[in-house]
Amino acid sequence: MLKLLLAFLTLTLPFLAHSFSPDHPTDRRVLVLLDDLAVKSSHSLFFKTLQSRGFDLDFKLADDPKIGLQRYGQYTYDALILFSPTVDRFGGSIDLAAILDFVDTGHDLIIAADTNASDLIRQISVECGVDFDEDPSAMVIDHTSYAVSDSEGDHTLIASDDFISSDVILGSKKIEASSILDNAPVLFKGIGHTINSENSLVLKVLSASPSAYSANPNSKLSSPPSLTGSSISLVSVVQARNNARVLISGSLSMFSDRFFRSKVQKAGSPDKHEKSANEQFLTELSKWVFHERGHLKAVNVRHHKVGEADEPAIYRINDDVEYSIEIYEWHGKSWEPYVADDVQVQFYMMSPYVLKTLSTDKKGNYFTAFKVPDVYGVFQFKVEYHRLGYTSVALSKQIPVRPFRHNEYERFIPAAYPYYGAAFTMMTGFFVFTVVHLYNK
Amino acid sequence: MVGKPISEHVNGGTNTSKTTSPKPFSSDLLSNLSFKTLKLKTKQQELLIRVSILCLVYVLAFITRLFSVLRYESMIHEFDPYFNYRTTLYLTEKGFYEFWNWFDSESWYPLGRIIGGTLYPGLMVTAALIYWALRFLRFAVHIREVCVLTAPFFASNTTIVAYLFGKEIWDTGAGLVAAALIAICPGYISRSVAGSYDNEGVAIFALLLTFYLFVKAVNTGSLAWSLASAFGYFYMVSAWGGYVFIINLVPLYVLVLLITGRYSMRLYVAYNCMYIVGMLLAMQIRFVGFQHVQSGEHMAAMGVFFLMQVFYFLDWVKHLLSDTKMFQAFLRITVTCAVGVGAVALGLGTASGYISPWTGRFYSLLDPTYAKDHIPIIASVSEHQPTAWSSFMFDFHILLFLFPAGLYFCFKRLSDATIFIVMYGLTSMYFAGVMVRLILVATPAVCLISAIAVSATIKNLTQLVRAKDKVPQTGSTKGASSAKGSSKGSIDQSQPFQKNGAIALLFGAFYLLSKYATHCTWVTSEAYSSPSIVLAARGAHGNRVIFDDYREAYFWLRQNTPPDAKVMSWWDYGYQITAMGNRTVIVDNNTWNNTHIATVGRAMSSYEDEAYDIMRSLDVDYVLVVFGGVTGYSSDDINKFLWMVRIGGGVFPVIKEPDYLVNGEYRVDKGAAPKMLNCLMYKLSYYRFGELTTEYGKPPGYDRARGVEIGNKDVKLEYLEEAFTTSNWIVRIYKVKPPNNRW
Repeated sequence: MLKLLLAFLTLTLPFLAHSFSPDHPTDRRVLVLLDDLAVKSSHSLFFKTLQSRGFDLDFKLADDPKIGLQRYGQYTYDALILFSPTVDRFGGSIDLAAILDFVDTGHDLIIAADTNASDLIRQISVECGVDFDEDPSAMVIDHTSYAVSDSEGDHTLIASDDFISSDVILGSKKIEASSILDNAPVLFKGIGHTINSENSLVLKVLSASPSAYSANPNSKLSSPPSLTGSSISLVSVVQARNNARVLISGSLSMFSDRFFRSKVQKAGSPDKHEKSANEQFLTELSKWVFHERGHLKAVNVRHHKVGEADEPAIYRINDDVEYSIEIYEWHGKSWEPYVADDVQVQFYMMSPYVLKTLSTDKKGNYFTAFKVPDVYGVFQFKVEYHRLGYTSVALSKQIPVRPFRHNEYERFIPAAYPYYGAAFTMMTGFFVFTVVHLYNK
Repeated sequence: MVGKPISEHVNGGTNTSKTTSPKPFSSDLLSNLSFKTLKLKTKQQELLIRVSILCLVYVLAFITRLFSVLRYESMIHEFDPYFNYRTTLYLTEKGFYEFWNWFDSESWYPLGRIIGGTLYPGLMVTAALIYWALRFLRFAVHIREVCVLTAPFFASNTTIVAYLFGKEIWDTGAGLVAAALIAICPGYISRSVAGSYDNEGVAIFALLLTFYLFVKAVNTGSLAWSLASAFGYFYMVSAWGGYVFIINLVPLYVLVLLITGRYSMRLYVAYNCMYIVGMLLAMQIRFVGFQHVQSGEHMAAMGVFFLMQVFYFLDWVKHLLSDTKMFQAFLRITVTCAVGVGAVALGLGTASGYISPWTGRFYSLLDPTYAKDHIPIIASVSEHQPTAWSSFMFDFHILLFLFPAGLYFCFKRLSDATIFIVMYGLTSMYFAGVMVRLILVATPAVCLISAIAVSATIKNLTQLVRAKDKVPQTGSTKGASSAKGSSKGSIDQSQPFQKNGAIALLFGAFYLLSKYATHCTWVTSEAYSSPSIVLAARGAHGNRVIFDDYREAYFWLRQNTPPDAKVMSWWDYGYQITAMGNRTVIVDNNTWNNTHIATVGRAMSSYEDEAYDIMRSLDVDYVLVVFGGVTGYSSDDINKFLWMVRIGGGVFPVIKEPDYLVNGEYRVDKGAAPKMLNCLMYKLSYYRFGELTTEYGKPPGYDRARGVEIGNKDVKLEYLEEAFTTSNWIVRIYKVKPPNNRW
């Protein structure tokens, strides 16, 4: 029996370990928390795209008392989808701190809020640098770029096509190209948010048009709306410093089958699109959030003196140094060489003394050579590579640089020949003088 | 006139060497012994007594410095000695060349420090040589034991030099008294107890040796002695920055001799040889190098060297010219020219930057207020403060009164040698008044001059006593102890008033000297034997309480932090953290880079968020503060804090001292300045202190070191977290948090 168990463990262990890891950054096990199990079917298209890409979705009600993100100190999920905008308290052991811890340990998160989003969802968003409109019943209203629908009404169904311009986040395939007609917009119906200007990590992926504003559509506007124009963000993403990715959307319905399938015509535009861009937009975005794209790793950092192979423990001033690093990008299944011409290395001690762009052989190998400056101290080889959409590569390797040893200076220097001459003539002169003085009477 | 008086006394008990100890416990033994038992010739007896006195003084000087080892354990004291210990360890492990070229990346992060080029290697090399010698003789000692006992060993050697020096300037008696006085003088013991492994420990020996050899060279005119003094000077240069005192005092002395018309061929030989060879040797020390010919502090010696040549030249011209009038004119022209050329050369050198100006330390010696106004980093060190009268009394005791008396005797019998000791005494006394730590330099001079006073007085008195009393059993001139013996034989004979007075005075001298011995022992045991790394206090029931928090904290660092962690603390603790904690520090006690220290001072006196940016830029992982609020330990970081503000503000004007004061008053209670209550140092010191009740009957958060209830009890840390606090809260270590993950 024990043997069997052991065999089972040995067999399954590689698979168990085959989850999120630095070598294999794509998430595998995803916990989906819902307000209502009906969402599972009403948003099935979105979930299917995930499942078809190999994700293992675990649907739970948000107030299920048995849910938990970790067991025995180990996280049992790699990512979390919160499709529960109205939940006030999660069941089980999940709370605000648990979710933030989850992100801070490098796991990914998708939040879909909606009108009447609960304080809990708002708090999570605030912690990620996103502030939803404080009026709980407010919605984003746009009287110019709304989607024409059967029930001509309050213009809360927004057709937006103001995307972030990043192939890494949204995929290289143009969103427009997939639909039958060009310029298919993304349908959005929900609450708007702004991103906190102090937070440098949060990005607007889908912005509202300049004519949008956030207000309660059912009541008269008594005061100017607090959120207006393109500062309203509809969908935002955060890439944390530990490369955990968070997607925050103000609308749960934009993930729904109805929106995925709906025809769309933007007000004022003659184009009628057979299908909204929601499916492609959200699929591509989920690929980015779940690290199927835009994940870099830097390995094999090597540095040594020119002509040597081993890495020394200390350099001397004016040494010639070769530095190399390999950078790979994750392509969902395998690591491919990353090709760019803007990777730089710094030789850094409080400020960069050397700043060089690395050359690449297009096989992921980046290298350069430079001369250690004529300054001793504790230096660092620093690669700080931050590009939009990519995980940041921040490597630093400490190395001391020493001055010359006492026997490493030149023994004779040409500039000193007059002094050598002076010394030796002095000695001879003294000798001759002595002889003359003693024997010349 | 030298070395005679002792031989007159045919004192009994030559086989008991205890007679000679300055402590009076053995003199009754003496009377019991028949002095006929051992019949030696007078000269032999005198030699025997002298040697045994010296042996006893030698041993005494060593054992009186062992209090700290007996009280605590064999450990290194204070701050600087930890650096010396660490470098010595490196030297014994890696050999001399590695040591000479050592680039230390663990201190002054990220600048690093070239250890080999920025220290005086004399101490380390001395200890390493002793260590190697002992290992060669198959004594399996640890290098720490050698380091701990180096200073007492050299203190013993100093007594021998003091004896020789005393003999050279006065007579054998004065030499013996000087040896005895210096063996137990607190001013010297303060820097040479076991465990105080600092440069001064060997440097005082080297200083006195150099002076002795130079005086000997001047007295004899011998090239050999002069050469020996050059080597003594070399040893001094290799051991301590205080060699500047020698290289200024000796030219000054020569100048005084020239002015007083005591120029002689002996002086010419002694000074020129000593200066030239000494200079060449000194330049071999990397830390000194070309400073010896280029810096302002060394220019006096060079000027006097040239002046000597002018004198010699004039002497020769005088010899050639028979006409005095012509010679007078020639003299005037030559002296004017020489002085003019010298002044022009000095002016040009200074203006072109070839001759570096005087350093701040040198200025602060000449002008005691200079450091306070210009260099807060020098003024912040407690041992650089002007000396209080009490500490003169504490360190010299009766020598303070004997010193002028000795000067009187010196002036009464002026010679080249006594002029030297007078000048040494007067200049060093001035410097001792400027800086507390320089009492050390004055101590040998004070001991020697006092010894002259004691020796001469007792000699005069015993001559009075002996004048009409031919009983051979009289006192010797060696010291106080024999005074009792001498009085014994004459007490029953009624003699004229003068003799009684002499006896009374002898008793007085004996009383004073025994008081001196008692005082010295008391001071050594109570004040100078504390390692300062382990603190001791008296508990409520009079029992001793030991606070070993420093080592607790440093070992915590060693065991619980990553090996490349960087620790930020005020510079006082830098050496100890690197030596005991084995972690990289930002600043340490080698205060070579004022800006770096000011940056740390600025971080400590900023608000937490500003400090966080500074700490991030320096890659700081841990912050260490010393806090005495729980134990009442007063030399903690809060009490040093104003210096951090001053030093930080000296470089970064955003830090302003008045922001931390209320009406010019420094306080930490409710009335403290708002910036004070929220600066990093305050927060780190008092974090969670508000919850603690330190003393019965006082509110929580009562600071025992300052005797107030603290003003900000609710300290919240945002960018740092408490990592470790020692059992008595003396050392608190905080970890710098990484930047917020989602912001």
